Amino acid sequence: MGAFDLLSFSSALADGSVRVIDLTFTLSPDFPVIVLPPEFGQASPLRVEQISRYDAAGPAWYWNNITLSEHTGTHFDAPIHWFTGKDLPNNAVDTLPVRDMIAPACVIDCSAQAAADPDFLLGIADVEAWEARHGRIPERNWVLLRTDWSKRQGRDYANLGEGGPHTPGPDAEVMRWLVEERGIIGFGTETIGTDAGQAAHLQPPFPAHHFLHGGGRYGLQCLRDLDQLPPTGAIVIATPLKIVNGSGSPVRVLALVGAQG
Amino acid sequence: MTEPLSPPLKRSPLNRTQLPSQPPAARSRTSHGLTRAAAEGRFALQRCTHCGAFCYPARDICPQCLSTDLPFVDAPNGGKLVSETTVRVPADVYFRERAPWRIGLVELDCGPILVSHLHGDCVAGERVRLSLQLDKSGQAVAFAKPQEETPAMQDDRQWRELTADPKFRRALVTNGRSAVGLATVDALVKAGARIVHVGVPDRWKPFPEEERLRTLPGVKLVPLDLGDERSVRDLAADIASKTDILVNTAEFVRPGGLTDRKGTSFFQMELAETYMGLVHLAQSFGPTMRMRGADGVDSAAAWVNVLSVYALANWPPFGAHAAAQAGCLSLSHCLRAELRSGGVKVMNVFTGPIDGDWFQTLPPPKVAPRAVAEAIVSGLRNGLEEVFVGDVAQDVRRRLAANPKALERELS
Amino acid sequence: MSEAARLRRPYDGVVVAAPVTIPYERYSLESAQWWIGRALKALVETSRLDKRAIDGLVVSSFTLQPDSAVALTQHFGLSTRWLDTIPLGGVSGIAGLRKAARAVQAGDADVVACIAGDTNQVDTFRRTLENFSRFAQDAAYPYGAGGANASFALIARHYMTRFGATREDFGRIAVSQRANALRNPHALMKTPLTLEQYMAARPISDPIHLFDCVMPCAGAEAFLVMREDIAASLNLPAARIAGTIERHNAFAEDVVQTRGGWAMDVSDLYGMAGVQPDDIDVVLTYDDYPFVVMMQFEDLGFCAKGEGPRFVREHDFTIGGDFPHNTSGGQLSVGQAGAGGGYLGMTEALRQVLGMAGPTQVAGARTALASGFGMINYDRGLSSGAAILTGPSA
Repeated sequence: MGAFDLLSFSSALADGSVRVIDLTFTLSPDFPVIVLPPEFGQASPLRVEQISRYDAAGPAWYWNNITLSEHTGTHFDAPIHWFTGKDLPNNAVDTLPVRDMIAPACVIDCSAQAAADPDFLLGIADVEAWEARHGRIPERNWVLLRTDWSKRQGRDYANLGEGGPHTPGPDAEVMRWLVEERGIIGFGTETIGTDAGQAAHLQPPFPAHHFLHGGGRYGLQCLRDLDQLPPTGAIVIATPLKIVNGSGSPVRVLALVGAQG
Repeated sequence: MTEPLSPPLKRSPLNRTQLPSQPPAARSRTSHGLTRAAAEGRFALQRCTHCGAFCYPARDICPQCLSTDLPFVDAPNGGKLVSETTVRVPADVYFRERAPWRIGLVELDCGPILVSHLHGDCVAGERVRLSLQLDKSGQAVAFAKPQEETPAMQDDRQWRELTADPKFRRALVTNGRSAVGLATVDALVKAGARIVHVGVPDRWKPFPEEERLRTLPGVKLVPLDLGDERSVRDLAADIASKTDILVNTAEFVRPGGLTDRKGTSFFQMELAETYMGLVHLAQSFGPTMRMRGADGVDSAAAWVNVLSVYALANWPPFGAHAAAQAGCLSLSHCLRAELRSGGVKVMNVFTGPIDGDWFQTLPPPKVAPRAVAEAIVSGLRNGLEEVFVGDVAQDVRRRLAANPKALERELS
Repeated sequence: MSEAARLRRPYDGVVVAAPVTIPYERYSLESAQWWIGRALKALVETSRLDKRAIDGLVVSSFTLQPDSAVALTQHFGLSTRWLDTIPLGGVSGIAGLRKAARAVQAGDADVVACIAGDTNQVDTFRRTLENFSRFAQDAAYPYGAGGANASFALIARHYMTRFGATREDFGRIAVSQRANALRNPHALMKTPLTLEQYMAARPISDPIHLFDCVMPCAGAEAFLVMREDIAASLNLPAARIAGTIERHNAFAEDVVQTRGGWAMDVSDLYGMAGVQPDDIDVVLTYDDYPFVVMMQFEDLGFCAKGEGPRFVREHDFTIGGDFPHNTSGGQLSVGQAGAGGGYLGMTEALRQVLGMAGPTQVAGARTALASGFGMINYDRGLSSGAAILTGPSA
């Protein structure tokens, strides 16, 4: 059965009836990374050092060395990233089950709320309203928070101000609820971090990290173009680099969207 | 009277850029006692420990008493211009391109007679004061100025050849986020720099005074992330040929030495921001600046590195920082040698702990960012190579000269 | 006579002979070895001596590196029992004469070839300036790279201010030497020079102007110093050495040089020779710059210090004049063949007292004074010397 279906899947890709949406920002040195007080260790932005470019250091070839954090650009968070998931089995990017890397997504559109309030927090009521229209969130689905934040650039994207970053995200209650009551496979955002910019002040602090990773689930952040996805029916492919004991990885995130999607 | 300098004209693409040449560079090893003094802006001569006679040119034997004990000591610099000439047909390229060139014989009050470059306002038979300067070969030369200040004195053609005066020059300050960088921008503008480009890393992060800088006449904010080769290269593509003075205010200070820091990420970061930053700047800006060392009133003139004085001697509480600074110091010596053929000076400004976030809990004395900025401008106007700002930096310098081992123990 | 002069032994039994000039060229592709070797050949031909009879050699040259005199013995196939290299520039001729004469007198050598020669290639002058001395390299050349022109300009300016000398005074010296040079077929300068032209010349390093400067060139000068009996056996016209002086780093306390070492020793010179300045028939001064000539008139006793300008105004320095001076035209008009410039006065003095000067001969010249000066190590000429030669019938 699989062989036949996969062939029709590839035909659908070829004829465009299944579209492939790229949910990934271009990795570049000036793409913002998470801001922590400077006395803490810092995520390295992308650094590209040229090895050669058809020159004396390599006459026929061009290549670079790159340096970056596991959490730079559009990236994947594994459970081991947070203290709550540190003792779980298969909790690092090199050991997590590969079948988790392909899963359906529910997209909750909060772009209007985020436009009105950069510190917008997604609550259970928002999700219940969405379920009322699109049905209950199935288990092992990604929940992607659409805020259209990825349409912002540079300074507006990082949106640093009094008290640090001001970006939307989930509240603590909804995260516990999504993990425990809906059994989601992970939570994705368009902002820097699965948590809101001011999530340090929530209880527990950084609840998305706290509950997702404590429950062995995953995070996706710095996604873009979530407005291209239907509320349900898209399939997300997110395959982190197989970094030994890695806490996360820059990732190319693709979404497959059916014609009727 | 010195003719005040006129602003440079826009360059015509029809004209070839004049390449730099160097004045005669050969010197005896002994005479580098003068180079050392000139680098710091001191006037020093050899003085015989036994008979007290000052002597010049640099000697290995006292002509009065044949002693070999002839240390360089700070000397009184007053004298009289006893003869002068204008050299119109020099034998070498450098002076031929700059002829006519005035020199004179100065009889110092303390005895020796020096052949000296002359400020245009010096008059034969009158009193002058001498200084030791570094010429475009990086070697010490004597320069005579009139005893009293004269109008537009700083604009003298021969004096300007020995300095890196910011007047009418275009500068790049590499880090506008640091307090020293900000103060340096203000000081350069005040000193008459025509344009001050200010590098801002992570443009997406706002910073205090950003708005003020943005509206300051002559100041232009540019994206510059020293740790990122591409960022530095891209900026150089735009402004390297318009950078006459580069002030590298790269700053990355974190406490800790080797064993009391966990992990290596801070080491990597401080090397990326400071050591690699200097590498990136040198590779991107160095070759262009070296080409432009003789390019008129706004020729490329100087490269300034702001360094911790602990680059000279490790201070374990900030030991890893000191080590990274030592790396930068060593690079600066390499850069100095490489830029010399372009007549571009490399000036290192050594500071003690700066009054700011990272040395918050240290007791005074600490160095005000403005003092560093003023030292930079003063060093450029006087053509220095080594500047020590503040009491701590001076103290470390003296202790190091006296006994490096003692200083090592004292710092630990 | 001073005590020093009384103690000086005369140069008995020693003579000077065979003045040789290898005609100068502005630039030469040949080496210093070539020029010096040609001078040696001319010495042999002039004296009709077997080359093997030359058992002493003293050489001066700025462009001989990496060789010194010893390398030349092998190069030229000489075997000598006395050898010297004298790096004294403008005093080379006087110093070479003094050393060779004492060596011959003491029996350390029988015949000494004294030779100065240099080549001049396009970059020779600059290289010589760059590498002249440690003090010059440290403390003079980096100041405008003017070389001797700039250094002597500083001394000349001071001299003019102090003693009231004018450029016209210097011009009289240069103009009369040019007149003499027009009679010397070997002089590089072959056109007359007027005082107007001198005054209108372009400045080189104020107050030094073009015709105050010598023209560097290639060439060689030489003579033989030998036992008197050998010269007689060859029937070789020879001159006696009546007196000599040499001094280095005199008057170090003078802030700016206003006198050379001659002033310290001049009474020895005349005392030893037993003559007075008035007895000199021809004077050959070292003329790297006209004002240095003026200094020598003073320091060699022809006039008092500071009276040089007046002395110049009152005398005619041409061959037929009342004070025949630099009769060959001097370096100013013949050219400066490196260290050969330090020999030019000696060879001309020798020719004059031997009656061999041909078109530049001063009638009846029997006693000649040649002087040398040089080595501006830093801010002043360090070396000075002079010799009085007398001809056979003096």
